[in-house]
Amino acid sequence: MAELFFWPALLFYGEAALGYVGEATRVPGRAGRLALWGVRLGWLMQTALLAVQAAREDGFPWSTWAGSLNLFVWLVVTVYLFWGSRRPYRLLGLTVMPFAVALLAVARAGGGTGIGSRSNYSNLFLVAHVGLVLVAFAGFTLTAGLSALYLWQERRLKQRNAGILRKPAPSLATMDRLSFRLAAWSLPALTLGIAVGIVRLVDRGDGVDALVIATLVTWVVWAGYLLLRVRGFAGRRAAYVALAGFLLIIVVRIALQGVHFA
Amino acid sequence: MTHLVLVGTSHHLAPVELREQVAVDKERAAELATQLGEAVVLSTCNRTEIYIAAGDDAAAEARAAALLEPAAQVLYRLRDRAAALHLFRVAAGLDSLVPGEGEILGQVRAAHENGTPGLLLDRVFRQAVHVGGKVRANTAIGESPASVSSAAAALAEQVFGDLDGCRILLIGAGEVGEQAAKSLRGRGAEILLTANSKTDREHLAQQLAEADVVVSATSTHDVVLDAATVERARKGRQLLLIDLAVPRDLDPAIHELDGCYLYDIDDLEAIVAETLAGRRSEAQRAESIVAAEAEKFHEWHASLDVVPAIASLRAHAEEIREAELKKAEGVLGRLDASERSAVESLTAQIVNKLLHLPTVRMKQAAAAADGVIYAEAVRHLFGLGEDER
Repeated sequence: MAELFFWPALLFYGEAALGYVGEATRVPGRAGRLALWGVRLGWLMQTALLAVQAAREDGFPWSTWAGSLNLFVWLVVTVYLFWGSRRPYRLLGLTVMPFAVALLAVARAGGGTGIGSRSNYSNLFLVAHVGLVLVAFAGFTLTAGLSALYLWQERRLKQRNAGILRKPAPSLATMDRLSFRLAAWSLPALTLGIAVGIVRLVDRGDGVDALVIATLVTWVVWAGYLLLRVRGFAGRRAAYVALAGFLLIIVVRIALQGVHFA
Repeated sequence: MTHLVLVGTSHHLAPVELREQVAVDKERAAELATQLGEAVVLSTCNRTEIYIAAGDDAAAEARAAALLEPAAQVLYRLRDRAAALHLFRVAAGLDSLVPGEGEILGQVRAAHENGTPGLLLDRVFRQAVHVGGKVRANTAIGESPASVSSAAAALAEQVFGDLDGCRILLIGAGEVGEQAAKSLRGRGAEILLTANSKTDREHLAQQLAEADVVVSATSTHDVVLDAATVERARKGRQLLLIDLAVPRDLDPAIHELDGCYLYDIDDLEAIVAETLAGRRSEAQRAESIVAAEAEKFHEWHASLDVVPAIASLRAHAEEIREAELKKAEGVLGRLDASERSAVESLTAQIVNKLLHLPTVRMKQAAAAADGVIYAEAVRHLFGLGEDER
């Protein structure tokens, strides 16, 4: 049953990713509209997939690293669909959707889109810890998406691209401001998620693993980013720092997950 | 049948010397419309057009042409569907000097309000305003800037977003710079300082520290602002610099500074050329919208031929139905209210169903120019209007 929804979701997200590339490189209009429909339909399919997973499991169904990756992709696309796909920010899909396609494929390779991934942890702990960390990571991912779009738009301005006014993108100031706000909302969620995890670690007397350390480093990077932003750090350099923070998230989400969930 | 007649001239055919001879102001346009009967006069800097609804189209055309006599050699004369299509293209900005320009839609609306339209002209002008709005909503024809000054303002929006409260440093008080500043002010920006090439450089640098956009258009041959001055004054903030002067006022090295974007006249003209190309490609989509609307108008206009026949036919059928019900009063009188209502509803439904297809076919025939023949056939077959003869 879950398979029935996975492939259409991946297909629609893939169509959306290609559509946004078309929107950015050709005359804007139809490709962008098709891309948005791809996001909508893909999101519906993935929502159905998650609902099937939730219905078939007794406990929290996304407790494995691949399962949490599946949920993470859904959170990222949800935020994009309901907030980022509005006309001025629509091209954010150019950075978000290829990423969603890649991570959803990885989630499937890891078995995160199927049934039967129960955990020994309590549901409350998993919802609080995994949920908060994933919400924060989704926020940081969109921050990074905005930063990538910022760098693209800034490059077009620097290159004096004659077609700059034909392909709508948010203004540099808007993207700079929004990426700061998104990060400012996401950091408290990450802090809480980490705190819940640490309380659990201490309670059970477990040791820290590589993922915990990488997550703490990620927290430090994003906290540093916000601190710098408060002190007036902005523009292209701030965008590069956000992308570095995002790279750490990728490491945390993919490379080190096996250790933490083992 | 009432015909739609258009006689006019525009920038496509008439040079400004001729256009100014036939241009009329609002009061004169209203006067002419009253004089012509059912008429609307559209007069802008690019065109003067007279729209008349009349039974005798040749006479109406002659009267309109006489009013535009100075431009007699360059007049276009269109009727019915072609006239409506032209008006829709005008309202959509497809006939304008700059494709998709938005001002014309307001001018069409104003001309309609100022005229003396009857049923036909009212319909065609309302539809024209609707078409103008639809084209702008469904295509990007009017979205991109079409002049250097509006391109400068649109670029500022690409950097700063909302320009409310954005500060402009205007160097040079010439017309070119003033146009760009006007465009920026129109979007909410404010002028911080108007300087010229002789303004004290230190004072200029001080003002530069507060500015978001610099517009420079002096006639000096010297560099007015160099990269070092800009870097010192900017303090890390983003700055858009528009250099409209030839020779250029601003040091090209400014563009290399982080957060500084310098555009000269060639850059802006390249942007305008690109956006105009975009407007032209959008114009193709707009043309299909306009053509579809012209077809709708034609169907409606043609159906006017058969509407009286359809109305007579329905009235005749209703008369027969009521008469037959009256004849059966003896039987129907014994029925209770709900049974009687059911019988009335049943007979009405039979009449409607019988007349539905002939009505549709007559309208279709009218659209295919056979409306008059069908209307006559219906009148003959059902004896419509014979009692009055």
